[in-house]
Amino acid sequence: MGRQINIRTKKNTISFQIDLKSLIITFLLMALTISALFAGPGFGDPFFSPVEIGQSVFGIGNVGNEFIINTLRFPRAAVSLLAGFCLGIAGAILQGIVRNPLASPDIIGITGGAAVAAVSYISFFQDTFGIQWLPFAAIAGALLASLLIYVISWNEGVTPIRLVLIGIGISAAMQAGTMLILTMVPDYSASQAYIWMTGSIYGASWEGLRLLLPWALLIVPLIIMYSAILNVQELGDDTSAGLGLSVQKHRLVLLLSSVVLAGAAVSIVGTIGFVGLVAPHIARLLVGRSFSYLLPSAGFIGGLIVFLADIVARTAFYPSDIPAGIFTAGVGAPFFIFLLVKHRNKF
Amino acid sequence: MSYLLKTNLSKIIGAAIAVLLFLSAFLSSLYFGQTAIVVDDIVQAFTSFNSSSTNHIVILEERLPRAVLGSVIGACLAIAGALMQALTGNPLASPSIFGINAGALFFVVLSITLFSFTSLVHIMWMALLGATAAGVIVFMLGSLGREGMTPIKVVLAGAAISALFSSMTQAMLVLDENGLQQVLFWLTGSISGRSLDMLYPILPFIVVAVGVSMFMGNALNVFATGEDVAKNLGQKTTLLKIAIGVIVIILAGSSVSIAGAIGFIGLVVPHITRGIFGPDHRWLIPLCAVLGASLLVSADVVARLLIMPEEIPVGIMTALIGTPFFIYIARYGLTKR
Repeated sequence: MGRQINIRTKKNTISFQIDLKSLIITFLLMALTISALFAGPGFGDPFFSPVEIGQSVFGIGNVGNEFIINTLRFPRAAVSLLAGFCLGIAGAILQGIVRNPLASPDIIGITGGAAVAAVSYISFFQDTFGIQWLPFAAIAGALLASLLIYVISWNEGVTPIRLVLIGIGISAAMQAGTMLILTMVPDYSASQAYIWMTGSIYGASWEGLRLLLPWALLIVPLIIMYSAILNVQELGDDTSAGLGLSVQKHRLVLLLSSVVLAGAAVSIVGTIGFVGLVAPHIARLLVGRSFSYLLPSAGFIGGLIVFLADIVARTAFYPSDIPAGIFTAGVGAPFFIFLLVKHRNKF
Repeated sequence: MSYLLKTNLSKIIGAAIAVLLFLSAFLSSLYFGQTAIVVDDIVQAFTSFNSSSTNHIVILEERLPRAVLGSVIGACLAIAGALMQALTGNPLASPSIFGINAGALFFVVLSITLFSFTSLVHIMWMALLGATAAGVIVFMLGSLGREGMTPIKVVLAGAAISALFSSMTQAMLVLDENGLQQVLFWLTGSISGRSLDMLYPILPFIVVAVGVSMFMGNALNVFATGEDVAKNLGQKTTLLKIAIGVIVIILAGSSVSIAGAIGFIGLVVPHITRGIFGPDHRWLIPLCAVLGASLLVSADVVARLLIMPEEIPVGIMTALIGTPFFIYIARYGLTKR
């Protein structure tokens, strides 16, 4: 713990402690995210400077640049940052409640549920109803899957290990369901759905941002308010119950918010794996274990990861556009194995 | 541990029933399908083959290979699962949980899209290589740490390795969209449209592996009392473990190479068999083979009847049967130990 600042009202009705280093790092990450938003769209051919991008976004730039920046690249950067933000926070919450460094929405089947719902939506309903209901379908799928996991793991409460094991089982069932749908529909929809599944920000647009933003605005403030409870919850079931926390009730609320965030993000960018796993770990290295700093930092880092993966994906193999999910998995899965080795005595 | 059949006589009768079950599954695999076939056709196809009869051709060229492959693969996977559970003492151990399917699949897709292999035999060897790689990595990761191999660690390691290999598989498929349709059936696991020619090059290995495993019953029973006890009783446990590992890789790898990712047979069948015939491996291994074959062949029959004229890849059927089972064991089976 570094230097700290204590803030108290006179009668001690409100008092809190600010860890200076963590606060600074959180703000640095936020600054980095904002600069990424304005620098990122510049990469590629043609190249734009951040100033030009700013001008175009606010409608005072070169008209010729406006289409590429405003319609193609800026929404894409924004969507990748926001989706990664949601995934990072979802992962941090999940690791907090499951108290397992290996938990993340994609390992325990939450994104699997979203994928089944989204793939069936893309295959069967998208032509008639349009894309705008896709997030709802994905969130519904994620909710159903997580409720299923939760109900099945329930046995006078839910223990973290059982949650993870059963989550992996549900995840396998969801995969089977997805493959079942893919083999039943015509080739065209199948490859559409397959590309979506791998996680691609290729078609990101303002609409994607508009669909995703409300969910983030709804859940993130709620979760920041809950961070004190997460801090307690991480001490373990018995300790937190001893401290007067209604463990199972709070766990359910936290799980649900994590699910909604993950489901919403997945519906827009596809199953971008391992962001929810990696981001909280990096954040923990930077700002420590307190969730008041951990949650926003994990969010910013998650956003930056997806953002970078997408930049690499769209420039490295130009002109083909590789799904960003492949890059995040390529980095994330070895990281998962590293964690498994590191925590080998815990399981 | 409670189980159904306790006396030798009842076990012999039970085994006879299991064999009958297998035979009826095999025959229904010849009988049911999109082309309507009468029983006479089946008999005649074998006794007096008529090359102008479509039904005869369907039976001999399509359904017979399918039934045979289903039986062989079902038996292989079930034995592999039983051996893995005996070796690790872990009720969740099985080829698909260990990431063997995903590893083999990645190598299959790699050989098709990147190296443009067309010969099925070459693809088969690649699959075997992938199975070995994934299996060895998961085994090593799972046995790290003070407490050795715990169920949760193995499952997590298997999930990580599966995720890694599947993401690489997806990368290959996105870069080469034409490859997707070619291997999609493989991805889901299927025994349809495969000819018996695929089986021949690998059959000697399977026969030896199955044969050896049939005679391992006594050794496995000793090993099941615990490794320390087994050592004190004079068993060469290291040798036994290596032998089991090699047999498992051959059985599981070759199954994946022929039929793709057919999961959960290796998990479900040993548990069912143990529930009926008890933990004695002298009975367990052969009966796992019989029941595994019956389960896969009947799952395949159901898979082709359910949404006619389309058919569901049998790997999806087994996953849908198997995951509730996995969840059940994860929920109840682990706490009892």
